[in-house]
Amino acid sequence: MAQFFAMGGYARFVWPAYGVAVIVLAGLLAHSLIGYRRAQRALDVEERR
Amino acid sequence: MSGFAALLTRDLRLAFRQGGDVANVVAFFALAVILFPFGVGPDPDLLARIAAGVLWVTALLAALLSLERLFDADYQDGSLEALSLMPVPLEIQVLAKCAAHWLTTGLPLTIIAPLLALVLHFNAAGYPALIAALLLGTPVLSLIGAIGAALTLGARRAGVLLSLLVLPLYIPVLIFGVAASEAAALGLHSRPHLLLLAALLAASLALAPWAAAAALRQALE
Amino acid sequence: MQRFANPARFMRLSAVLLPWCATAAAVLIAIGFYGALFIAPPDYQQGEAVKIMYVHVPSAWLASLVYAVMAVASAVALIWRHPLAHIAAESAAPIGACFTFVCLASGSLWGEPMWGTWWVWDARLTSVLVLFFLYLGFIALANAFDDRTRGSRAAAILAIVGVVNLPIIKFSVDWWNTLHQKASVFRMGGPTIAISMLWPLLVIAAGFLFLFAVLLMLRMRTALLRAKLRALRFGT
Repeated sequence: MAQFFAMGGYARFVWPAYGVAVIVLAGLLAHSLIGYRRAQRALDVEERR
Repeated sequence: MSGFAALLTRDLRLAFRQGGDVANVVAFFALAVILFPFGVGPDPDLLARIAAGVLWVTALLAALLSLERLFDADYQDGSLEALSLMPVPLEIQVLAKCAAHWLTTGLPLTIIAPLLALVLHFNAAGYPALIAALLLGTPVLSLIGAIGAALTLGARRAGVLLSLLVLPLYIPVLIFGVAASEAAALGLHSRPHLLLLAALLAASLALAPWAAAAALRQALE
Repeated sequence: MQRFANPARFMRLSAVLLPWCATAAAVLIAIGFYGALFIAPPDYQQGEAVKIMYVHVPSAWLASLVYAVMAVASAVALIWRHPLAHIAAESAAPIGACFTFVCLASGSLWGEPMWGTWWVWDARLTSVLVLFFLYLGFIALANAFDDRTRGSRAAAILAIVGVVNLPIIKFSVDWWNTLHQKASVFRMGGPTIAISMLWPLLVIAAGFLFLFAVLLMLRMRTALLRAKLRALRFGT
């Protein structure tokens, strides 16, 4: 386990690389979903008027 | 051809009547370059090493200064619309504007650059290549800049946006211009870099007027 | 082409496609990352640092692919005045910018242990950085005008002008002596990379492709909903 996390000594490069990818792409997905839900809700409110 | 010449003389006459522009560009260029010895210290070796880069970057920024106004005045007072209805193709008109811009920006910069290179202890062997590179590169700056100027006509904060759009596209010119100047200063071959600059010039002469004209047309819609 | 011009049709189509693409993306990315981290062998020269490749290379591929999609959509928008095309291009731009950022960041993290430097101004890195700025410029330009249509059209022109950067990115490692290594997958004569390393790479790339589809459809649906909202509020 410890060997896996150490990544042959390159841990401080490998894990931030995967971290950046996950954070940026998940963040973009979250941003897109939130924007979508917000637009949906606003449209529902407007259509009910 | 006569349409091109007529437009060119019109723009040059306007530029000289306003007077300020050429002087502004040259003054900015000179002052910005002179700041560097104060900033990095007067060590001749250090200055000689960064001379090519400093000259090119400041020339680039100086050329950028007057780009915003390339089409703006004509756009604001309606003459751009009138010009677009002329029988002269819009692409030719863009070329005329770029030529006028280069004559009032790139050319004066190229003339002043050797004097400023002296101040930076630029190696004398590099002068011919420096001048050749600037002669080839500064028109490209005007041409690519015209695309940016046309795209940002009437935009909010057009000046900042113009820089954001145009500076990344300037990077190849900067790279090869500095490479040519530095190579010659170090006694190496500058021809490959100069040939690449010439290729960039040929490509932008062919493509930039078309792209800028397309941008102008949709600005006038 | 005209059959897809109808926004309502796009909404129906994307409603069907979204769950499938989302599932495909999740499954492929999960399998790909698992394969990359636990199954794929270390490189005989780079050791475990090669694991960064599984993040860096697929995001690089997507960075260029998304730009190509954006440029094609822009061309369609300008030439055929297809109503959805501008929306497609503007929805794609932030996605492409994110993939490019991941490519640059992971590349930098890979460069430090392998080349001894976080950054180098060679042709490949510089042209990808220019790509990043093109994405930012596109987004800025599209939002810079009070008349949104004007912004969309100006940005579309910029997208098409910037296409010259794509062949430069692809062939930069061949045309110049660069620090960045040459192509080992998309090259004449087929891939030179071992299959044990190639399969997680391709799986993650496929996953990223489906992720792009999901994000694009989501953002386009959002844009269409907002347009409908504006029409209702201001009575177009």
